[in-house]
Formats: sequence, structure tokens, C-alpha cells
Amino acid sequence: MDFAGIIVIQVLFAVASLALISLGLAIIFGMMRVINFAHGEFLMMGGFTTLMLFNAGVNLWVSMFVAAPLIVGVFGLVVERLIVRPLYGRLFETVLATWGLSLLMIGIASVTVGYYEASMKVPFGSVTIGDYTESGYTFFVIGLAIVILIGAYVGLRYTQFGLLARGTMQNPEMAASLGVNISRVYATTFFVGSALSGLAGAVLTPLVSVSPVIGFSYIARAFITVIGGGAVALTGTITASGLFGSVSQVVAFITTPVVGEVALLVTAIVLIRLMPEGITGRFLRRGL
Amino acid sequence: MSTIIQRPSLIAMFAFMLIFLFAVPQFTEIYIINNLTVFAVMATMALSLALVWGFGGILSLGHSVFFGIGGYAYAIAVLNTGDSTFPILLGILLPVLLACLLGYFMFYGRISDIYLAVITLTVSLICYHLIVSTSGGQWRIGKAAIGGYNGIPGLPPINLPGDPSQRLGFVGKYYLAIAVMFAAYFFIRWLLETRFGRVTVSIRENETRSELLGYDVRAYKLAVYAIGAGLAGLAGVLYANWGGFISPVVFNIFFTAQIIVWVMVGGLGTLVGPMLAAVAIQYLVTVLGAAATSEIKAAVTIFGFKLELKNFLDSNIVLGMIFIVFTLFIPKGVVPFIRDRIEQARAAKIHQPGGPDAGP
Amino acid sequence: MSAILETQNLNKHFGGVTAVKDVSFALAEGELRCLIGPNGAGKSTFFKMLCGQLKPSSGRIMFAAADITGHEPHDIALGGIGIKTQVPSVYDGLSVHENIMLSAWRTRTKVEARSAADDLLTQIRLSGQAERLVGQLSHGQRQWVELAVVIAQEPKLVLFDEPTAGMTLDEVESTAALIRDINQRYAYSMVVVEHDMQFIRMIADTVTVFHQGSILAEDNVENILRNPVVRDVYLGRQRIEGI
Repeated sequence: MDFAGIIVIQVLFAVASLALISLGLAIIFGMMRVINFAHGEFLMMGGFTTLMLFNAGVNLWVSMFVAAPLIVGVFGLVVERLIVRPLYGRLFETVLATWGLSLLMIGIASVTVGYYEASMKVPFGSVTIGDYTESGYTFFVIGLAIVILIGAYVGLRYTQFGLLARGTMQNPEMAASLGVNISRVYATTFFVGSALSGLAGAVLTPLVSVSPVIGFSYIARAFITVIGGGAVALTGTITASGLFGSVSQVVAFITTPVVGEVALLVTAIVLIRLMPEGITGRFLRRGL
Repeated sequence: MSTIIQRPSLIAMFAFMLIFLFAVPQFTEIYIINNLTVFAVMATMALSLALVWGFGGILSLGHSVFFGIGGYAYAIAVLNTGDSTFPILLGILLPVLLACLLGYFMFYGRISDIYLAVITLTVSLICYHLIVSTSGGQWRIGKAAIGGYNGIPGLPPINLPGDPSQRLGFVGKYYLAIAVMFAAYFFIRWLLETRFGRVTVSIRENETRSELLGYDVRAYKLAVYAIGAGLAGLAGVLYANWGGFISPVVFNIFFTAQIIVWVMVGGLGTLVGPMLAAVAIQYLVTVLGAAATSEIKAAVTIFGFKLELKNFLDSNIVLGMIFIVFTLFIPKGVVPFIRDRIEQARAAKIHQPGGPDAGP
Repeated sequence: MSAILETQNLNKHFGGVTAVKDVSFALAEGELRCLIGPNGAGKSTFFKMLCGQLKPSSGRIMFAAADITGHEPHDIALGGIGIKTQVPSVYDGLSVHENIMLSAWRTRTKVEARSAADDLLTQIRLSGQAERLVGQLSHGQRQWVELAVVIAQEPKLVLFDEPTAGMTLDEVESTAALIRDINQRYAYSMVVVEHDMQFIRMIADTVTVFHQGSILAEDNVENILRNPVVRDVYLGRQRIEGI
């Protein structure tokens, strides 16, 4: 019974972390049809910011929830202005240019912060469930993911910006003719998406060893989750992370983590084959 | 004038081939010959993607997977058989088989564009994950341990078919690589002139119209993809032959990004461009790698943490800048860019007073 | 006269929405039929099923007595159906001549193809522009190039999706003359989806009116224009001249 509980928690954690790392990318993709290939590096940036500030004496939670999202968010604004906007509408060129940005960021990280020793004590100690112990941080991440997803839902559904955003997502020309400043909506969206990425990277810092190349382990899964989820950002992220996270974790239990990763990738391929527009291309199209 | 871009004269290319085959080795040292060998291999790989993407219109983001499978297939087979003839064939056939499988899945499922790119990328990631997890001696195929991160070292060079005692030396490897590269170039040029080639290009230009003219676009795309895969596999075999080893680095995202850069910078829709770009960028990366030092060049302190700048020209930074600059400013690539400028200059000259169509 | 194109109880559902409802339709050989109807009436969906771009939910499509239901677009094209799409599907990066040749050589030898292409170039009055890139032509000219490309296939049936979209009045009249000429000269059967009533009066033998997924009325042009039910359906959407 306890073992079942542990498995459930592990699966939830896998889903939660997948959702966290993908949400920022999904919002940007859902809004602007832009795939930010430097997304993994945005996460890395959030991680390094948190780590460096924490080691310099700044409170952990401030670094994680305030500094990291802000810094990465602002960086996102710059990127949007200089790289994404000139290439707007050209999906391939955007992928290529942001891939270049990704390499650039990795390079800069390598030559500056480089192989900075990045270990950190994981907060919240551990929790005992029957014969097993589980890290308290796991619950924290799961809880945080839920809070953020609810926050995103509320934001999109009930705020004015959310309405503007949804209208622009549906039909940019229409929104523009209604007087909406599309550029500003896009810039804000990119800010929000980047900030979320920074936050996700920050939150995962205690669990991974942050390094310049950590983006790789994020980008593939995030990319696949976003494409698998489809164009509707929130619902797509939830369903896709739910599916992929569960599959990978369950398979990992039965076999090994590596096979679990492979299972995730295979599921993604099969999914895209069956539903080329992603999950929300077929179901739940009217969702958020 | 159509966009079937004017290609360098066949005679010129043939001349180059002769120069590289016969003149160059006379005047250069062995270590340069060795570098030229791997450059030729990479140029061949560039040709593969140039065909599939530039002419077939298929953005194969994970194209390196065919290179890697070709290399690994060769490595494992040659360690088991000792004679390289069959392993070479395997190194070409296995990627072709994978391409047919993957291609059937994608093209007959009418999956397009970005989703297709994701799938190809995912497949290369799967391969990377699988190979990397095979460290430790228990993962073997026959006599060959797959080796995980460390790869498979100690590969014997290609030998004369049927005679394992006659193996290629440095110069032999060079001749083979150069010959294959030029052969691939001439083969693709020929292919593009055939009806198959013309239809393939028309599909890239407007898939709908080609289909409405009665061409089964799915089959054409599959064919181009498979041919490209075979060529990439051959390049992989030659790579393994060149270094005497193969490692998972050929499946990683860096390598795959490089191949895309070669074609993008060289010019999508050209053949010579990607070849030149592959060589130029490889050379650049090598030079930068050699110039990297541990010396601290600059330092700045933020929030009590010291940031030290060690190396202005890390290869990632350079590659990344190239990507960004080219996508923003020279999206068609170097070769078309130069050609356009030449065309413009020529057009300007014709319309000048005193030019050929000047009035009375 | 036998029906060259026929649908039997054709249906198309998208989730909960029925776009095409039990449509049975027949086109005689050599006939020029226009499909009209307000937006959302189902004519585009119907058209796409004829082209093979959409597979019907149920029902059959027969072309020259052969069942082509659910066939792939390229098979349908090979079977003798030419399709002119709404957004011109032409090779913008190739010249006018090359575009037509790519089509003409499907059914002819190179020499025959060349002379056929020249003929067509004259017919669409673009002989002087043969070497220009199609992407550089005006919208109307690109439509005509597409027309020529389709005709070069020697189809038995031609399907047009809004051939005059975006054209000036002059161009509309020229296009009408061109299509009528082709219909008479080659006796190709034609189905044209259109909105422009003046154009329809210039070319159509018969008109089929779609409404909410089904066929509302089917008759020759003048009777359709006088039909009160049709007028109601169109009320406020188009001014129909001369009534």
C-alpha cells in the first residue's frame, strides 16, 4: 500500500516537473507559434541565478521566486525584441535563430560560470510513508506545479490581459483591428513565458547539478511535450505532461530510468503520428 | 530565369577532383592530409542534408542519426568480421532501412514540417540515450562492446575487398574520402537532372500542385529521404574509418546542429555551398579549440560572485553567433547571397548607358 | 447523356458538426456547373471531398463510372480530374513556361508537350511572359497560369475553387471567356465553386445551390436567380443584378 503511494507520488512528480519545464515554452508557442529553442538555456539561467544568489547570501526563496523569474523574464524581453520579432511568422528561421541563441548562451555560460560547483542542500528534509521515505521537496514541486497551473488558468480566464491574450491567440488580425497592441501582447507573453521558465529552472536547482549544458536534458522533453500537447497552451501542457510523465515514470519503475526516457520519446512519436496537431489539435480544442 | 540555380560547370568540378586526388597529396604534410580527410567526410554529410533538405524540402533535424548508425554498424560489423567489405554495405543499408521505416511513418501519415522535424530530432535523441546507456562490458554484439559514452575504439581501417591484409593508410583514407565526396556530388547533380529529380524539386516548390498533377508525393519524399540516409551512412562509415573509432557524440544535438548550419550557411538549394561551409566551419571549430586556454581574460563581480571570462571565442559562442547572424541577415546562405549580388551587378551593367540594351 | 461525375448520399461530419448532409449530385458530360451558397453552406467541404483532400464520412463518389471514394489526391488527378485551387497552386519559383511544361509532359512526349505549352500560352495571352517567374506575375495572371497548368493535363473533368477570387472586373470577364472557350473547345466537364454572380451568369450551364450542407436547388442560371427560396437564403449577402 505504501509502495503504491510512493509510486503515485513519483509519477505525480514526474508529471509536475514536466509540466513546469514545458509551460513557459507552451505559452509562447500557443500564443505566437514560436518555438524558442533556447528554452533549455532559459531554465539553466534560472538555475544559475538562483544558485549564485543563494551562495552569495540571498534568501533562497527570494532568489527562486523573485530574482530568477525577473531576470530571465527581462532577458526574454530582449530576445523577443532582437531575434524573435524580426523573424516573426517564419517558424523555421525562428527555430534556427533561437537554436543559435542556445549555443551562444551555452558558450557564454561555459566560459564564465563554467564548472561552478553546483550542489545545494535540498530543503524540506524528508517525509516518511510507511516503510519508505520521500523527499519533502517532491511534494513541494508537485504543489507548486498545481499552484502555477491554477494561476495560469485564472490569469487566462479571468484577467483582462488573459482575455486579450486569448483573443490574440485565436485571431491576431481581428484583435489588431479591435485596437489591441499586438506587439505589446507578444512581448508580454514572451516575458511571462520566459519568467516561468526561469522559475522552473530555479525550482529544480536543488535536484539537479546545474551546469552550462543542462539545457539539453530540458529542451528535448519540453519541446516534445509542447508539440504533443498541441496549440492550446494550458490544456495541452497538462494532458501531454500527464501522459508522458506517467508513461516514463511507470516504465522506469519496471525497467530502468533510461528505458523510461526512451518510452517517453517513443510515446511522443506515436502520439504525433496519430494526432499530428497534438492532443489539443484533436480533443479539448476549446480549452485554454 | 528559373530558380534551378546555375551550377558550377561540371568541368570545373572535375578539375578540382583531379587536383585534390593527385596534386594535393604531393605538396602537403601528412597531418594536413589527415585533416582534409575528415573535412571531405563532413562535406559528404553536408551533401546528404543538402539533398534531403535543400532539394527535397524535408527538414530532417535529426539527420545525424543516419551518420551515427552508419558508423556504429560499420564499427560493430568490422570488429566481428575483420574484413571491411560487408560492414561498409551494412553501414549504408541500415540507415536506408531506418529511413524507409521512419519515412513511411511520417510521409504516409502526411505529417508535415515542424512536426516532422520534431520526430526526426526525437529519433536521434533516442539513439543517443540508448547508446550512452551501454557502458560496461556486458553490452556487446559479437566481439564488439558498444561502450556507452566511450564509444568503440580500435577499428581497423578499410581494406581491399577480400584481402584483410591490405589496409588503407593515411593517404589511402584520403583518396577514398575525396573520391566518395566527389562521386556523391556528381551523383546528386545527375539525379537532379532526371525526371525523379525534377519532380522532387517541384514537390519542394509546391507540394499541392505536384500532387494535383498526379505525382505521389509521399513516395518521392520517401525515396529522397532514403537516398540521403544512405549517403549519410556512408559518411559515417568513412568517419569511423578515418579515426579508427566511433562514439555517441555523433548522435548528440551539437553535431546535428552543425550539419544544419553547414547547409544553412552554405545555401539551402545549393550543393557546393554546404560542402564549403562544412569545411570552413569545421576548420574554424578546430582552430578555436586549439586557441582555447585557461587564462583568465576578464573578470567582473556581481553579487559577490566573481565571473571570469576565459575564452572569448568558445566554439559554441561562435557557432551560435553564426546561426543568429545568418538567420537574421543572410537567410538564403552564402552561395545564393553571392550569386544574387553577381546577378544584380550584371543586371545593373546591362541597363547602364552604353550597355548592351542601351537605346539609339 | 451519362453522368461523368456523381455523388451518392455523401456525408461529412466533423465532430458534432455535419458539414455535408446526404448530398446526391450528378454532372453530365461536357456540362459546366457552378456551386453556390453562403459561407458555411458546405460547398467547400463538398469540393474538397471531390478532390480527395477530405475523406467522406459516408456515401460514394463516382467518376466516369468508377468509384473514387476515399482515393488519394494524386490518384484522382491521374484518373483525369484537374483541380484549380482557391489560392493558386503554382510554382512561383519557376517560369510560366516551366510550370506548364511540368504538367504537359505528364501525358505527352517532350516535343508534343512543347507545342501544347505554346498553344496554351497563347490562349492565356501570356506568350510574351513565358520566361518570367510566376511569383512575379499579378494575381490574375497567376490564376491563368494555373488554369493553363490544369488544362495541360488533358483532364476529363475540371474542378475550380473560386477562380475569380481577387480579380478585377476586366480579369473576371477574360477569365469567363477563357473558361467558356475551354469548355466548348475541349468539351471538358466542369464544376466551379463561385461567389461572383456576374461571372456565374457568364459561364454556367447549370447552378447548384448549397445551404446548410444540403442541396437547396438545382437549375439553369436564370431560374435559380428567379427562385424566391434562393433569394431568401442570399438576402442581404449579394446584390443580384437585373432582378
